[in-house]
Amino acid sequence: MAEKLVGQRLKRTEDPRLIKGLAHYVDDIRLPDTLHAVFVRSIYAHARIKSVDVSAASKAPGVVAVYTGKDVSQKIGPVPCAAALPDLKVPDHRVLATSKVYFVGHPIAVVVAHDKYAAKDAADLIQVDYEELPVALDEEKAAQGGPVIHEQFGTNISYKLTAGEGDIEAALKSADKVIKQRILHRRLAPIAMEGRGVLARYYPGEQELTLWTSTQIPHLARTQVALMLGIPENKLRLIAPEVGGGFGSKLNVYAEEALLGWIAMQTGKPIKWIEGRRENIQATIHGRGQTGYIEIGFKKDGTITGFRYNVFADMGAYHQLLTPAIPTLTGLMLSGCYKIPAIQINVTGVFTNKMSTDAYRGAGRPEATFVIERAMDLVAADLGMDVVELRRKNFPAPSEFPFKTATGLFYDSGNYEGALKKALDMASYSKLREEQKQARKEGRLMGVGVSTYVEICAIGPSAATPAGGWESATVRVEPTGKVTILTGCSPHGQGEETSFAQIAADELGVDVNDVAVIHGDTAIVQYGIGTFGSRGLAVGGSAVYLALQKVKEKANKIAAHLLECDAQKVSFKDGKFSCSGKDGKQVTIQEVALTAYVAKNIPPDMEPGLAAIHFFEPKNFTFPFGTHIAVVELDRETGEIHFKRYVAVDDCGNVINPMLVDGQVQGGIVQSLGQALYEEVVYDEQGQLVSGTFMDYALPKASMVPWLELDRTETPTNVNPMGVKGVGEAGTIGATPAIVAAIVDALAPYGVRHIDMPIKPEHIWRIINQKKAGAA
Amino acid sequence: MIPAQFDYISAKSIDEAVTLLAKHKDDAKLLAGGHSLLPAMKLRLMQPKVLIDISRIKDLNYIREDKGQIRIGAMTTHFQIESSELLRRVCPLLRETASHLGDVQVRNRGTIGGSIAHADPAADWPAAILALDAEIIVAGGKGQRSIKADQFFEEMFKTALQPSEIVREIAFATPKGPGQAYLKFRHPASGFAVVGVAVSLSRDGSGKCQSAGVGITGVSPTPYRAKAVEDALKGSNLDTKSLSAAASHATGKIEVNSDLFASAEYRKHLAEVYTRRALEMAVSRTK
Amino acid sequence: MKKTIHVSVNGVSHQSEVEPRMLLVHYLRDALNLTGTHIGCETSLCGACTVLVDGQAVKSCTLLAVQADGSKVTTIEGFTADGKLHPVQQGFWEHHGLQCGYCTPGMIVAAAQLLERNPDPTEEEIRHGLEGNLCRCTGYQHIVQAVQCAARKMKSKTAVPA
Repeated sequence: MAEKLVGQRLKRTEDPRLIKGLAHYVDDIRLPDTLHAVFVRSIYAHARIKSVDVSAASKAPGVVAVYTGKDVSQKIGPVPCAAALPDLKVPDHRVLATSKVYFVGHPIAVVVAHDKYAAKDAADLIQVDYEELPVALDEEKAAQGGPVIHEQFGTNISYKLTAGEGDIEAALKSADKVIKQRILHRRLAPIAMEGRGVLARYYPGEQELTLWTSTQIPHLARTQVALMLGIPENKLRLIAPEVGGGFGSKLNVYAEEALLGWIAMQTGKPIKWIEGRRENIQATIHGRGQTGYIEIGFKKDGTITGFRYNVFADMGAYHQLLTPAIPTLTGLMLSGCYKIPAIQINVTGVFTNKMSTDAYRGAGRPEATFVIERAMDLVAADLGMDVVELRRKNFPAPSEFPFKTATGLFYDSGNYEGALKKALDMASYSKLREEQKQARKEGRLMGVGVSTYVEICAIGPSAATPAGGWESATVRVEPTGKVTILTGCSPHGQGEETSFAQIAADELGVDVNDVAVIHGDTAIVQYGIGTFGSRGLAVGGSAVYLALQKVKEKANKIAAHLLECDAQKVSFKDGKFSCSGKDGKQVTIQEVALTAYVAKNIPPDMEPGLAAIHFFEPKNFTFPFGTHIAVVELDRETGEIHFKRYVAVDDCGNVINPMLVDGQVQGGIVQSLGQALYEEVVYDEQGQLVSGTFMDYALPKASMVPWLELDRTETPTNVNPMGVKGVGEAGTIGATPAIVAAIVDALAPYGVRHIDMPIKPEHIWRIINQKKAGAA
Repeated sequence: MIPAQFDYISAKSIDEAVTLLAKHKDDAKLLAGGHSLLPAMKLRLMQPKVLIDISRIKDLNYIREDKGQIRIGAMTTHFQIESSELLRRVCPLLRETASHLGDVQVRNRGTIGGSIAHADPAADWPAAILALDAEIIVAGGKGQRSIKADQFFEEMFKTALQPSEIVREIAFATPKGPGQAYLKFRHPASGFAVVGVAVSLSRDGSGKCQSAGVGITGVSPTPYRAKAVEDALKGSNLDTKSLSAAASHATGKIEVNSDLFASAEYRKHLAEVYTRRALEMAVSRTK
Repeated sequence: MKKTIHVSVNGVSHQSEVEPRMLLVHYLRDALNLTGTHIGCETSLCGACTVLVDGQAVKSCTLLAVQADGSKVTTIEGFTADGKLHPVQQGFWEHHGLQCGYCTPGMIVAAAQLLERNPDPTEEEIRHGLEGNLCRCTGYQHIVQAVQCAARKMKSKTAVPA
């Protein structure tokens, strides 16, 4: 029997074009006579636009057109927000600013020229006369008063929301003790290495617009852009070509996408805009941005009685596609992997004079995991209990699944102890604690941080998502026996061209190289949702799997017909159908496919062809989990942080390609490390973006990252047919609390219980220094 | 990402470069490796009208030892210094400094002359050339002159170069031994020095400190020679205590930078710790 | 204003008229349509645009096309000139050293330079040597393994007597 490919470390089929430099990202697509767009953006966080003088720019060499908010705001619909919450205030978000600007980077005008050099030169000639207005920047203060950003609302509060189950007041009252802590989640820039980019071309004869855009959601973007432009959805072809990373930042619909389409329709020529990195940090969504207050109630024995999270969530100036929905995901995951009878979240969504926040890898869940994990450590420290023991005490047992949380979820499956134990063994946890004791005796600052996390993935059932949580797949076995898969789940680095082909190759018994996975082109692929929320394999892959079953079912019937065998007696193995009782007679899937298309010898009343489509609606989310352990040593003189170990055991259910899973986990951990130690989008008191380039915004470099020791446990889910859970965000969710906990643990001798991220060496030095001074 | 327009002239000789500079005056900028200038031009923070490319002038690219002096041409790249066999033997400090500078691609292209003429307050080279008590030989309309390293860096991004002068050479006495070190606290984003300390010292026959040069970058608006540290070292027996005492003078009355990453108070502290550690490292290498 | 330059790119000679301000990366991508070299930042830090100029890895966003006059340039497209993958490319493929692929061409060129200068690098040397290249997807671990794999491949190749 041919070896099964599912479960193997198969090299990626998408790699050859990428490693040869032959792939096509948006900027690599060349159309003759393409015009180039450069934006003029606000240099102030909040200002009235008194005038925009484009006269010099319009006359500059090579310039075709200049558009301002006045020219387009009534012609292009608002930038959409798909989140629906009770009494949500949604500001009118036009593609270009008209009378006011609300954040640094807010687009004001666009110059269209024959080449990008000319467009940039002309953009510099545009004179914007601003009247500066007072700014609202801090989400907590802005909620309480001060300058109002959107005057029509009379407040900066966009919405308030309370969620959770159980009597939280009673739960906290019944506790032996309640610990409170303020916790900040700074703003982060997702920083896909390829920024955003759009190429638009209009075909006036066909009245068809084609938009190439670097997006995670080609179909959703098509629907929204068509609505913004007022053109029929079936006259807009949206293509996500090679996409250079997303991390949630391209799970959106942006002003530039619609505007470029509109300009292509005006000028009749292809037009391209490629985002620069400064624009990217200014005007592509940010992640996180919460000021939170936790209250955790517990008994003397460590039993958690209740958990409350009051949070001011920084929306930024506008609602992008999912902006206000992100904190609701935080609310869902506050139970972590613990039995907590009462949980409450109180969200205040607040407008600020900053770029919008939205989904960044983890999207609301890292915040939840971070606060509950920090809370558990605070409790352990208070009780003098080992952090592991406290966690164990509050885990649900494997037999308690599906496990109902006080946030209204049913966790599908889990063995938290299994992953924890494996990680502890790998790290030699008790030995580490011994080492730590010794280190402390020697005056060295060594810390061990443990995080046990659970995340919500495979987003998600449609009932629980703003715009459809299903995913689609078409499987076609072509007349030559080659297999084409059309997935609605357009990837951008996840390797679905390979993992989906692995599934198909196993199911159909064909060579994996005979399988092509096509995605991202709305003119070719049936409607789909996209790649985000760790859903690619669990939802998109399940759709592929189920479409394959339909194809196999039909192929089986054709094979039965060809073999003159009762369909029930046909068996299928390694790509060959045979009939039990009729030895030796076989027909291959390729032969069946040809038969299906030639259609001269198929069962009567059967449709010709061999293809199937499936829209998979999951019945629940999935809940991957794991344990991360970070070991650090701090330089007590300088506060510098050195990793000694990093161990992670993740459980994402069944694994299709372990190499891809490792890649997702590693990448996630390092983004998490960035958040914990380096990354922060910083606005100054005037709302100027002061971390606006890579000179100030620190992405982890290879030399800043320790060797990651990884392993897995595999607890399948019954939510989907392959028992897979999703892994795209695991690292980003599990690692941050472990890293912060390790540093806090190292500083425990100084009485430290919590430090806000990013933890810079200076913070550590100050803690050490102040305590020293205090002691003296 | 797109510089403003300018005219480009590739100078064939030092004289030609000096003449062109005199002709175009403030409109012109010299282009060496371009790794300080072009990033600023791409962001349109600088918009010179004329670029005079001096990177092709062959007689600005050399590393040689001559009569007890090391001479390095201004257009010598960081990588050439990093990989120089001669410097590995006679002045490992420069090799060590180069290896901390930027990244491989930057070192392949950037030049020592370009870097010091740019006078970024957090650049690495100034620390080393200050520690080596080097002279900067500059060429101008009136011929050549020599500027001591500690006279060269005047302000942030401002040197003692006259408008029509170009850096020709960095020269210094061959160090008296391997007692050298460059230690740097890298900014996690830019890779520039939050604090960078270069040390070059030697012992006399009795093991006491005979000479000491200490250059510090990243700490103040201009890189500086920590004379108080040097004075404290001279004649000392270079034990832990004396190094510690000397290092405590690292900043003295110097104005200390403050930024998003490190406050003045912290940076001052780092300067002292890194100075002590660099001294310790240098001393350990004398043995 | 335009200048004439002569550049050999991946073994092909080109004579072009360029504006002095044209960056080498734009020349490669827009004039020569070699789009494998990418742009990932504006501040000469990300390394996505790394190419070899006269055998030295440089950031082509920080070089003017006129500065490359008379030079030999090798881009990622030139690494598979004879249709065979370069050992570094093989290493990246075998060890999943890429996800979205955007930083990959620059990363491969930088890794090739690293191995040319240091055929047997330690993990630390690899991490240090790739400091000029940012990757947001992989977390670098598979990249380190890819480079180690390439080093082994290149060594076994040179070990064969000529």
